[in-house]
Amino acid sequence: MAKYDIKVNGVSKSVDVAEDTPLLWVLRDHLDLVGTKYGCGIAQCGACTVHLGGNAIRSCSLTIASVGSQEITTIEGLSEDGNHPVQQAWREVDVPQCGYCQAGQIMTASAFLDKNPNPTSGEINTAMHGNICRCASYTRIHRAVEIAATKLG
Amino acid sequence: MSTSSITFNRRSFIRTSSLASGGLLIGFNLFTACKPKVQPPVDISQLNFNDFNAFIKIADNGAVTIFSPNPEIGQGVKTAMPMLIAEELDVAWDKVYVQQGILDTENYTRQLAGGSQSIRLGWEPLRQTGATARQMLVNAAAMKWGIDPSECTTSDGVISNSQGETLGYGDVVKEAAALEVPESVTLKTPNNFKIIGTDATNVDMDKIITGKPLFGLDYKVDGMVYASVLRPPAFGKILDSYDDAKAKAMPGVIDVIRIGEKAKELSKEGIANWTVAMSKSDKVVVIAKSTWEALKGKEAISAQWVEDSTLESTEYQDKKLLGLLDGKEFKTLRKDGDINKAFVKADKILERTYESPFLPHNCMEPMNFFANVTEEKIHLVGPVQTPEFAASAVAGMLGRDIKDVHLEMTRMGGGFGRRLYGDFVYEAAEISNAINKPVKLVFSREDDMNAGTYRPAIKYRIKAAIKDGQVTAYYLKEAAINGNMYGLIPNFFPAGAIENYQVDVANHQSNITTGAWRAPYTNFLAFAEQSFFDELAETMEVDRIQLRLDLLEKVKGTTDERIEYSPERMQNVIKVAVDKSGWGKKEEGVFQGFAAYYCHNSHVAEVADVEIENGKPIVKKVTCVVDCGIVVNPLGAINQIEGGVIDGVGHAMYGDLTFLEGKPHSQNFDKYRLIRMGEIPLVESHLIQNDLAPTGLGEPTLPPAGAAVANALKAATGNRFTQQPFSKFPELMQVPTKPIIG
Repeated sequence: MAKYDIKVNGVSKSVDVAEDTPLLWVLRDHLDLVGTKYGCGIAQCGACTVHLGGNAIRSCSLTIASVGSQEITTIEGLSEDGNHPVQQAWREVDVPQCGYCQAGQIMTASAFLDKNPNPTSGEINTAMHGNICRCASYTRIHRAVEIAATKLG
Repeated sequence: MSTSSITFNRRSFIRTSSLASGGLLIGFNLFTACKPKVQPPVDISQLNFNDFNAFIKIADNGAVTIFSPNPEIGQGVKTAMPMLIAEELDVAWDKVYVQQGILDTENYTRQLAGGSQSIRLGWEPLRQTGATARQMLVNAAAMKWGIDPSECTTSDGVISNSQGETLGYGDVVKEAAALEVPESVTLKTPNNFKIIGTDATNVDMDKIITGKPLFGLDYKVDGMVYASVLRPPAFGKILDSYDDAKAKAMPGVIDVIRIGEKAKELSKEGIANWTVAMSKSDKVVVIAKSTWEALKGKEAISAQWVEDSTLESTEYQDKKLLGLLDGKEFKTLRKDGDINKAFVKADKILERTYESPFLPHNCMEPMNFFANVTEEKIHLVGPVQTPEFAASAVAGMLGRDIKDVHLEMTRMGGGFGRRLYGDFVYEAAEISNAINKPVKLVFSREDDMNAGTYRPAIKYRIKAAIKDGQVTAYYLKEAAINGNMYGLIPNFFPAGAIENYQVDVANHQSNITTGAWRAPYTNFLAFAEQSFFDELAETMEVDRIQLRLDLLEKVKGTTDERIEYSPERMQNVIKVAVDKSGWGKKEEGVFQGFAAYYCHNSHVAEVADVEIENGKPIVKKVTCVVDCGIVVNPLGAINQIEGGVIDGVGHAMYGDLTFLEGKPHSQNFDKYRLIRMGEIPLVESHLIQNDLAPTGLGEPTLPPAGAAVANALKAATGNRFTQQPFSKFPELMQVPTKPIIG
């Protein structure tokens, strides 16, 4: 066990956990930030996606020891009032079915659009390929990413 | 306007309660919702409001809360069921607060997510509940004004009279509670609907997109510990011994225990047959302070397992099932005429065999449940599709009264049938009972995929006789694992359309646990039959659409009560699909495949468009036409259609769980392939507009998708797929140098 100081959603936090603890479980079990979901534990489904220094990463496969001083943003901190353009687009399109994977989808989409605000359809497919939606709400995810791009643009 | 007689017991309908804030809540309830034969409890007066879970609560400030009784697994009932109540209550939908009802066997019935039945069975009773509450509020207002209730109108929660005076529902709710419950109420006709038929956003939208705790895995209480369970590595093995020294020394690990006795009682009593194989073995449980520590602790257990029954492999099962199809031991589920005579007289006979693998459900939220078993009560919280059953099984297993069980349903990260089976609820309860602590049982993804209640492997053999250009016999044989098609499935199309018709089934009993998977049986039967009809049309040298329409024509006017599909509605969806998909009118290079199917009380037709890209056939588009009667929430309905079609395409293309010596070959999504963005077709949805009572949408668009794709692939490649998943046969995906015109 060791003490780690991390910055999550702009707030400094201190946790005492084993060094191999994935960031996912630090967020969920130790910091009560349960919006980030567990899906596979091996970076294959994208449900656990958060931003680390502005990049979308799989928090299930990133140990707390390797976070360092990089800022973490989770779905809870993506916007203050739930009105990030990507969240707005998700609401407009009525994307979710069960809803479980959507935090990860939104975090992947928002990091992607930050870097590529005018994506082609093919670029959206590539960017979102790592996020599984078992309910297969893919059609709406794709449309919502397109709409979010116009809001950001 | 239609008058609808109801049989409410006044005492059963209303409950009042003072709020701490000084307001008054009235609970309008309906015992008979969804299941008219249920008797209300004898001594209702003993119920207090806190135990009383009504469908509607109206505060004296006018705030309206509608409780959604059924579990939400992504099928949208938490939005659509309250819409039915709100419509007849005549309140503004955007002012309604929707809350998930808890399991309450006395006040609700059929609190179940399964079979796409929530909307169909809730259609009348939920609207009657809303209409009855509205009528009582109107009656109260009319008394205040000294006028006849018929002189009052309502709109958006406000009652008006001809003098222009108005009263809000909150203004009269106290008086309404004292009135007699009307014996009959008037329901709106569809042309007066203000909420039904309009787009309503998912009621949990804001919580979902901002990451609020909603799901079972998010539930947490003070003092809760986490449990990870080591189960047998293969079906057919049971626990012999284990060494937990290493695990116990790990940080965060509180204890390691052995469980299994209680669950064995459960299977002995036949309470939960599907867990028999799984509960034959004891299990090792690691209790820890956090999820990660519990999962890691489990990895550190060294266990010895012994073989107690056959370690089955896919190859072994394939031989068994093919042996059954070749054999003579069948149970006949439907028999019309004499197929054998017709086969003897036939000009031509077509026979094909179709084969499907096991499929895991792979809900994105792995199985989990919270349990806190104390002397006072059993508190259970989590995602389960059958809360009533789970609660009674836990009570039985622990020798407790059902009244001790308090079960709360969370939103579920997918269901697909997996959460119909409560093995994870029983495990959580047994663990909490053993350690006397509140506990959260968590399955890892590997646990989830390897301790499933899978869609079993199934094989169909279909044989048809053709005589003088007519289909004179149809013989469907099913060989499946652990069970067979049930209910009215043997009477689905083409039953009733062919004079000599027979459905025979047989099964192989395996120790691999199996169960319902989105559209049980029909999810593969539709593929087999709708692929077969295409080949039948080719063999008969007739138009594949016309063949289906002609057969349906013969069903019209049937007096056979087992035939529940409507030939008229089926013909209609087929014709609309032909029109909307541009069937037969596509430019060169677009290959189309057709399928139509009835199940879960809805009629569906689909056309898949395949195009060749980089020498490979790609499913570009599926046109889906659905007749599910009145559409309660079109926005949610189209989401279900798109999801069902893509799920059907994805599993037909990629879904595959094989076994080697009792062990599944995949443990996680690195080996198990689910369809992803970039692999999906565009789905164009068309809903038939009519005023018929609504039917379900959670399942019916999935079954025809695989056949529509297979029929389109045949057009594109000349190759016929008879086995799923298609991706297992790359040689059949080869496109001939000279394209075949489909």
